[in-house]
Amino acid sequence: MSGLAHGFWGLLTRDLRLALRRRADASLAVLFFVLAAALFPFGVGPEPNLLARMAPGVIWVTALLAVLLSLERLFLADYEDGSLELMVLAPQPLEMTVLAKALAHWLTTGLPLIAAAPLLALLYNMDPAGLPMLVVAMALGTPSLSLTGAVGAALTLGARRGGVLIPLLVLPLNIPVLIFGVAALDAALSGFNPLPHIMFLGALFLGSLVLAPLAGAAALRQAME
Amino acid sequence: MSLFEGRNLICIRGGRHVFAGLGFAVSAGGALVLVGPNGSGKSSLLRLMAGLSRPASGGLSWAGAEIAGDPEAHRARVRYIGHLDCVKAVLSVSENLSFWAGQYGPAGPDEVRRGLEAFALENLAGLPGQVLSAGQRHRLALARLAASPGELWLLDEPTVGLDTAAQEHLTAAIAAHRGAGGRVVAATHTPMDLPGAQTLTLEPFALAARAAEAELDAEPAW
Repeated sequence: MSGLAHGFWGLLTRDLRLALRRRADASLAVLFFVLAAALFPFGVGPEPNLLARMAPGVIWVTALLAVLLSLERLFLADYEDGSLELMVLAPQPLEMTVLAKALAHWLTTGLPLIAAAPLLALLYNMDPAGLPMLVVAMALGTPSLSLTGAVGAALTLGARRGGVLIPLLVLPLNIPVLIFGVAALDAALSGFNPLPHIMFLGALFLGSLVLAPLAGAAALRQAME
Repeated sequence: MSLFEGRNLICIRGGRHVFAGLGFAVSAGGALVLVGPNGSGKSSLLRLMAGLSRPASGGLSWAGAEIAGDPEAHRARVRYIGHLDCVKAVLSVSENLSFWAGQYGPAGPDEVRRGLEAFALENLAGLPGQVLSAGQRHRLALARLAASPGELWLLDEPTVGLDTAAQEHLTAAIAAHRGAGGRVVAATHTPMDLPGAQTLTLEPFALAARAAEAELDAEPAW
């Protein structure tokens, strides 16, 4: 295994191991997702058709908020105990470090959200025929959220109350993911072709896969100065 | 003779001139001890040497080649021990060490054992980071030096919190490192046993920076 892949793999397995040992922290996002989504019926009333109509939007918006909730810790723990300095000093490119951190974040936050989403959809009386599309759209959309979120988390290091700043920075960037994620699901539910929306989600993912590590690495270097 | 050199370095942090006109040279097997009162820029200089921050002016070179020209090669040489110990509370001592050793290249159980043995941490290998005392955490940080060899050690107050035995381990590790042609730059307030080490007193350069700053302030702002 080359040195590059070795550093990437080492960081990824360490972050996953940390998440596994601190399961309470890691499960916070998915618990928030389920609870927040379960609140809506209390607010708008239990009318089944209305809930089914709302399901795609509610699931996507609460998933977005759940991801935001988990972003602050993405770099902060490593920043506070000095690990981030060493990662900046490690021989592999810092872009790979950002990518490994974002991937670990997606595996520990995005993946549980994808697993919980069909359950919520059923709670909302959504047509089960839309479930595969829900999973596909979330599988393509949530990595973008982790990637852009990593940039926001890196930019706010060293700022007081960075946790409040992150949503302000990241939410506008995530609006396209929300739009096409909901649109793909709506199209599938009403019998239209969801492919164009899915392709947009894929394009957003590929775009952030390239740009987010570059921007995140630049932000981390700035935070070290 | 390949030198690790700094020439005419000026460091500005947070708008304040920390030091100016500073130069140094460390040859293979050499050691440089940075001394000076708190705030004279010892840590700032180590961070410049590591490449964590960039000098406002002046340059750093390794064997004649500018470090800014190939930062990745420099990062592969540098082992930096800062004020923070980078120990994760929920990972065991050996897991912590094996992660950091792996960041500098493939590291197996042998490298980890070498690091643990160099600072007498074998008996603590299975303990989680959260039960370690401050001194033990610091020894674990220092063990990174022995677990992943690099040519240039940058040590910021390496003796803080160490007992006599651990200080001897550190001295032995540094001696072995220099014997193999490695270089050490250490900022310290306590005397360290480094035979043949040069000493760099930072105070005059800090005063020069203050003078330069005062001159700038005196100039009329157009």
